Amino acid sequence: MDEVAIIGVAQTRYQRDNPASHAEMAYEVTRKALEDAGLTIDDIDNTVTVCNDFWDGRTISCMTITEATGSHKVPTTNVEGDGTYGALMGAMRLLSGLHEVTLVVAQSKVSEGIPAVITNAMFDPVYERSLGLDAINSSALQMRRYMSKYGITEEQCAKVSVKNHKNAKSNPYAHMPLDITVDDVLKSRVLADPIKLLDTSPVSDGACAIIMAVDEVAKKRYSKPVWIRGIGHCADAYHLGDRDLAEVDALVSAARRAYSMAGIQDPVREIDVAEVYDAFSYMELMWMEGLGFCGRGEGGAMIDSGMTGMNGALPVNPSGGVLSAHPVQAAGLARIAEAVLQLRGKADARQVEGATVALAHGIEGACGQGHCVFVLGR
Amino acid sequence: MKNRVGIVGVGQTHHKSKNTDCKGQELISIAVKRALESADLTMADIDAIVIGNMDHFESINYVDMWSVDGSGGYMKPIMKVTTGGTTGSAVGHAGFYHVASGLFDTVLAIGWEQNSESDTTAAISTCFDPITEREFCGGAIGPLAAQYTAYMSKYGATEEDAALVSVRDHNNAALYNPYAHLRQTITVEEVMKSPYISYPMKFLDICPRSDGACAVIFAGEDKAKKTVERPAWILGVGDCHILVHLADGIGLANLPSLERAAREAYEMAGITDPFRQFDVAELYVPASTAGVTWMEALGLCEEGGGPRLIRSGVTNMVGELPINPSGGVLATNPIGATGLLRIGEAALQVMGKAEEKQVEGARVAVATGFGGCFWSDVTVLSSSTQLD
Amino acid sequence: MAVSSEELGNTGTLKYPSRIRLPYTWHAGKAGSRFYQEIKDHCKIWGTKCPRCGWVYVPPRETCPRCFLDIDEWVEVGDAGTLLTYTITRYSVPGIQPHEPPYALGIIKLDGAGSGLVHLLGEIEPEDIRVGMRVQAVFREVREGNYLDIKYFKPLRS
Repeated sequence: MDEVAIIGVAQTRYQRDNPASHAEMAYEVTRKALEDAGLTIDDIDNTVTVCNDFWDGRTISCMTITEATGSHKVPTTNVEGDGTYGALMGAMRLLSGLHEVTLVVAQSKVSEGIPAVITNAMFDPVYERSLGLDAINSSALQMRRYMSKYGITEEQCAKVSVKNHKNAKSNPYAHMPLDITVDDVLKSRVLADPIKLLDTSPVSDGACAIIMAVDEVAKKRYSKPVWIRGIGHCADAYHLGDRDLAEVDALVSAARRAYSMAGIQDPVREIDVAEVYDAFSYMELMWMEGLGFCGRGEGGAMIDSGMTGMNGALPVNPSGGVLSAHPVQAAGLARIAEAVLQLRGKADARQVEGATVALAHGIEGACGQGHCVFVLGR
Repeated sequence: MKNRVGIVGVGQTHHKSKNTDCKGQELISIAVKRALESADLTMADIDAIVIGNMDHFESINYVDMWSVDGSGGYMKPIMKVTTGGTTGSAVGHAGFYHVASGLFDTVLAIGWEQNSESDTTAAISTCFDPITEREFCGGAIGPLAAQYTAYMSKYGATEEDAALVSVRDHNNAALYNPYAHLRQTITVEEVMKSPYISYPMKFLDICPRSDGACAVIFAGEDKAKKTVERPAWILGVGDCHILVHLADGIGLANLPSLERAAREAYEMAGITDPFRQFDVAELYVPASTAGVTWMEALGLCEEGGGPRLIRSGVTNMVGELPINPSGGVLATNPIGATGLLRIGEAALQVMGKAEEKQVEGARVAVATGFGGCFWSDVTVLSSSTQLD
Repeated sequence: MAVSSEELGNTGTLKYPSRIRLPYTWHAGKAGSRFYQEIKDHCKIWGTKCPRCGWVYVPPRETCPRCFLDIDEWVEVGDAGTLLTYTITRYSVPGIQPHEPPYALGIIKLDGAGSGLVHLLGEIEPEDIRVGMRVQAVFREVREGNYLDIKYFKPLRS
């Protein structure tokens, strides 16, 4: 659609126990994104923040970063969800023709709270919450269901972890660059069978910002901006028992919408690099299926083939993905920022040569109930 | 604006202090079904959904996902917007932008809150900075009370002026709005005799907390025209989130955020003489005192002119510019829905569907949202796609 | 008294511990109330059936999320079913877990239900749990009208 371009991106380095406050992290990425875009705060005519009252431990948590992001100066709103949803809101503001330059900022200090308690609050208080469900054991139910329905193995899931932690070694922002083997993953401490410690993402603090602009502004200032070509989002049923957890219907629908907007017919051939929300190792395999990069149940064979490795036909998570840094609300926005760096050819050691079309993806809720897909190109 | 946006449907629950019959998602679904019915649409017509509430009032994380059972969001695009007290108006504006962007044609915006499930003031208190403020700050009443004390001494307003606002809104709710939470008529004397909560604010000056939900359907120009005879066109939106630390200074007389948000919305809509151009207003008045002080921020009167306007009766149902025919926030306050109710009620007025609370011949309306950290949202609506 | 280097930790900044403590009372709604009443009074599990798609929801819903239609048909589903998936939670999170870990959780498709029910598994060693096995609800002796009135699901031996 080439109507909205992403002209600035910035990330903090992701780490546990970042001593910066929420506002300081938000300010760091706001300042760096402006620098990256060659703009000043006065060029921003609206903002979208992405804050969550549970993760931030505060009601109306968006007020924590209002001033740090310049949101007190211009029209603003706060999307509570993954950062990709914030980017979608920002894009909608530009597409309306009422604004020209949007700043989107997401931040999270996961180390400040107790993730299991915060994610337990995703589950219905009248029903499943009393079972002590959280992000880890609910995902374990999904991983087991996926493995048993499609014959996926723990080794195949472990390979995702090995690949992404290795990729993270080339990403200066990553929290967990690691040299590990499939055996290390399989032998790591079992948290909730079949999920082991090295199948999970770390507790990360960090922030990410992107700046978007309408075409007239983008074309005037930049010779080859990165365009948003397609966006899609969709939610599946809420109760875990209402879904077949091995299936990815909502992602299929979100991807179909984004692809149709972007004119993509054969995603695996047309997309050069993908940054997906791999909160757990197995998720990357399922998301490959939902994104149409392989058939149903073929996620395992896809990782076996090496196709999603840095030298494969479709590198997935060159940044190391969410497995290597998981600042919750910011994690999906970081996927977009990384995809932009790839398309600019500025991803340094993690660059996928000649990338011209990239995909970024975020999830929402338990076991990927909701998905948001961005197709970017230049 | 590239794509015109109109409101085609509005639905709400009967708001109560405790809606014990309903689980949260069921409360939401009542408002959604009524909105669909009012526009003669079905869930199949809805392309996307925006929902909002305040997390710690029900303690449910990722409400966009949880609400799918009641919002109709199964296998649909849905997202959550939350900005404190302005949540409802922010959800409405997000619904507007969904359609204005051209990405979606028919969009459902939902605000809801089941305040009876928690301790509202304790939950609000967690908005204060955990390191410097939380241990001694509480609730939202104190700052509004301090603002009116300053306003009274500067402009000669009285406690009775605030009581007049309280009487107007409570009585509108009692007489004209079957969905309102508080439906008793009251007198100035009763307000004046009610106990002080925080001087000069008395019990009958402040809003209740309610259980309730509101759903508003936004549609693109063609769809809107096909769906209803007279959509409520959104002519302008503005939002302003200023001030972070309360002690930094609340506008002592006025509400600077409302002034700026109004300026943005008026400019977009072409409003130059608000008092004359608006036929009706649905204002987020969280306490009667704000009903006196904030009209000037909307340009409805000169600085300090609030008491004059209130005393003259022009904002009553039979006046030149009726304010809050629905009874407003003083009668009904399901927090995440409150701002969206203002937009929904204003839409019903210009659509000519406000029934008992209809202001005759209303064609142009303004709705506001208030909350967060003295933040404001403003929406201008009209039965015409542009002003004469 | 000066701030100690221990308090400052390796980041050189202070941490400020706090906890949000708020009381909540959630409304179960009419369908939820009847669901719990049947379990409490009769040790029976009931669901609701969508008039259009025929899906039987457990826990019961008043509105079919798929068809967005009101549901008023109640159906009793079996107290036995098939295990769709399971996990053993092996880490401890104070305050939210129903048992000291390790404890087993599964999703059970009750006979006659469309939805699976997420619940605890008991009377079985973790290594003996299998996807596809038949399990049956064990109700608590003293029931209070909540999700844990079903104590757990145990293996069904034919």
